[in-house]
Amino acid sequence: MNLIPLFIVLPLAAAFTIPMVSRKFIKFPDILGNLTTLALVFLSVSVIGKTGVYMIGGWRMPLGINMVLDGLSVLMLITINIVAFASTLYSVDYMEMYTSKLRYYSLFLLMLAGMNGVILTGDLFNLYVFLEIASIASYALVGFGCEYDELEASFKYLVLGIVASSFILFGIAVIYGAVGSLNMAQISEVIRQKGMNNALLFAAALFLMGFGLKSAQVPFHAWLPDAHSSAPAPISAMLSGVLIKTLGIYTIIRLVYNIFGVSESLSFILMTMGTLSMVTGVLLALGQWDFKRLLAYHSISQVGYVILGIGLGTPLGILGGLFHLINHSVFKSLLFLNAGSVEYATGTRQMEEMGGLSEKMPVTGATSLIASMSIAGVPPFNGFWSKLIIIAACVQAGHPVLALLAVIASILTLSSFLKVQKYVFFEKLKEKWNAVREVPLLMCVSMVLLSVLCVFMGLLLVPAAWNSFLNPAVQVVLEGTGYAMRVLGK
Amino acid sequence: MTGMTLIVKTIARWIKSLIFLYGIYITLYGHLTPGGGFAGGVILVCSFILLTLAFGKKNVLRKLSKTLASELDSIGALFFLVIAVLGMFIGGVFFGNFFQKNIPGREFALFSAGMIPLCNIAIAVKVGSSLFMVFIILAVLRVVEREGHLEMIQQPGMGEDE
Amino acid sequence: MIYALCLILFLIGLYGVLVKKNIIKMVIGLIIMDYAINLFLLLLGYKKNGIPPIISKGDDIAEFARNSVDPLPQALVLTSIVIGLGVIALMVAIAIRLYERNGTFDITKMRRLKG
Repeated sequence: MNLIPLFIVLPLAAAFTIPMVSRKFIKFPDILGNLTTLALVFLSVSVIGKTGVYMIGGWRMPLGINMVLDGLSVLMLITINIVAFASTLYSVDYMEMYTSKLRYYSLFLLMLAGMNGVILTGDLFNLYVFLEIASIASYALVGFGCEYDELEASFKYLVLGIVASSFILFGIAVIYGAVGSLNMAQISEVIRQKGMNNALLFAAALFLMGFGLKSAQVPFHAWLPDAHSSAPAPISAMLSGVLIKTLGIYTIIRLVYNIFGVSESLSFILMTMGTLSMVTGVLLALGQWDFKRLLAYHSISQVGYVILGIGLGTPLGILGGLFHLINHSVFKSLLFLNAGSVEYATGTRQMEEMGGLSEKMPVTGATSLIASMSIAGVPPFNGFWSKLIIIAACVQAGHPVLALLAVIASILTLSSFLKVQKYVFFEKLKEKWNAVREVPLLMCVSMVLLSVLCVFMGLLLVPAAWNSFLNPAVQVVLEGTGYAMRVLGK
Repeated sequence: MTGMTLIVKTIARWIKSLIFLYGIYITLYGHLTPGGGFAGGVILVCSFILLTLAFGKKNVLRKLSKTLASELDSIGALFFLVIAVLGMFIGGVFFGNFFQKNIPGREFALFSAGMIPLCNIAIAVKVGSSLFMVFIILAVLRVVEREGHLEMIQQPGMGEDE
Repeated sequence: MIYALCLILFLIGLYGVLVKKNIIKMVIGLIIMDYAINLFLLLLGYKKNGIPPIISKGDDIAEFARNSVDPLPQALVLTSIVIGLGVIALMVAIAIRLYERNGTFDITKMRRLKG
């Protein structure tokens, strides 16, 4: 139980030690960064199955800030820390192309500390502070190599991110004025007793706008293709894999289910946003020839699947949504790391110039094939199971049109990734790529790690694993405003 | 001649110590009167900004170099984290107040409220050195292209900044 | 009624971000949005004829709690001002680099990423 603050203290301490010590040892940032993320992976595996509430400073509930650990938090923590570990392993060799590695590791660990904080906290303003820490670190990381394209992408991302944060802060202020407390459990309690009034509806609308912008839903998706394609590859993997899910989807789940209590209109809004993103993302991706931009548009579409699943409200829908969330983290970050390897080896991102790379780069080719089959929904990889559950949940809840749209989007995704595989990896090798070799060892290790997870994560639906890992998360979302009872009762 | 006129330089030399002292006062009395770490740190760094405006960047960078500011930044943040973790070891909860809780009759004195003045000092050091580095980098250095990669150099030619 | 004025200030800032073409005017629009929200948050804690929330020696606690202005929004605004400072510093740094690349502050001329 005492280990909960360590999730935030460890990355923060490492982020501030790195600039002090690395003037003497050049290799220090790599070693400390990787050790920190490895320690966080072990820590998050060790809290599976535990729940609890931790009060900071010993101050009792509603006076002080508390940290809440339950099934949903454990699920997100494990996903974030595993993807972060793979990214830091990858960036030991990849970031040699950029100028200053110690600043990169400091910013990366700050972003990780912010994300862990968002998941663990139980207080609304504390959530805003950690969200800002993670966002500011990511704005700086997107524009890391100071070329012109990256600066423009970082500026667009920055402006839209600040507008989103302003909406969120405005919503928090309205809730404080209407309810009088900032503790999430107590707000839920008061709303259950008093009922929704106009001020709370206004706050809910502001929150949906702000967090929808952070998770790149249509119509707020304009920043995502530029930001995710211009960032360095491990940062793209972290951004697309975990950041938009932590800052966007996890907070929407907490707000809509645990604080406001799901209702007809909120569920309808979520389903509409999800379906729009799903279809628009995959249609916009069909015409792309830039590898990373195509992957970024597919991120919009897959996050639309998750929000559709969560918006349905039935147990099967929530299971599908959460399972697709963790699956997408794993295979989308693997795809971005592959794109980074191809860029490291050949120096270009345009798919028309590549061809036949799989004979020169076997590891990259094999892992990319696994990831493409996962995202397209080919059995027995993990993407197939989660998409099947979401489609079945749509039919079961009485929306056959949405199920049909989900199937069409899945078919279009499959065609898009067949195009990727054909143009990049198969076909004849062009002349100019004869000198290309496989990427260094640590990058291969991180890609193989993620692809092994892709293959075996379908086994999470086996009842023994399901009860210990996915089921507690689904129960937390389903109990809705019972969250307040559980937290305040302790 | 670098910097501003003689009148500005003389007054700045007198006032900088007063501003610095005021910043320290606001930080140390943060648990009794309004203020605390953030405001105290900003006032502390204002004295350095006044010196930069009056005397030019070379003199100020001799007093507080960039590496020293960067080290102070990290030390301030780590000090804050050490206090929080010490609360976990000694007091039993993370961030718990582990000094004497309340000795009756000694409230409203300078040395009350446990570890809060120490936290204020750490925050003031961190905020001050961060703002100093932001000011120096935005106003004094600029990026030029040199042999295909970017490099940060001091502004050439012009003796004064802003 | 004073809350509606805060909303108008917020909308003025939003107008500056959405409509203006100069980068510096966009930055100023974002700063105005920040100010509007901080002002709104502070005004939530106001009480008519209230006293400042600072206890001095020899005050009666119950009467103090009844009369004083709410101190929690003041702590929230302090944090929010510092966060806004960090973000605006980052934004101005990126704007300076963009100016050195393009020679202009006009954002309609910086449109190389599209599609």
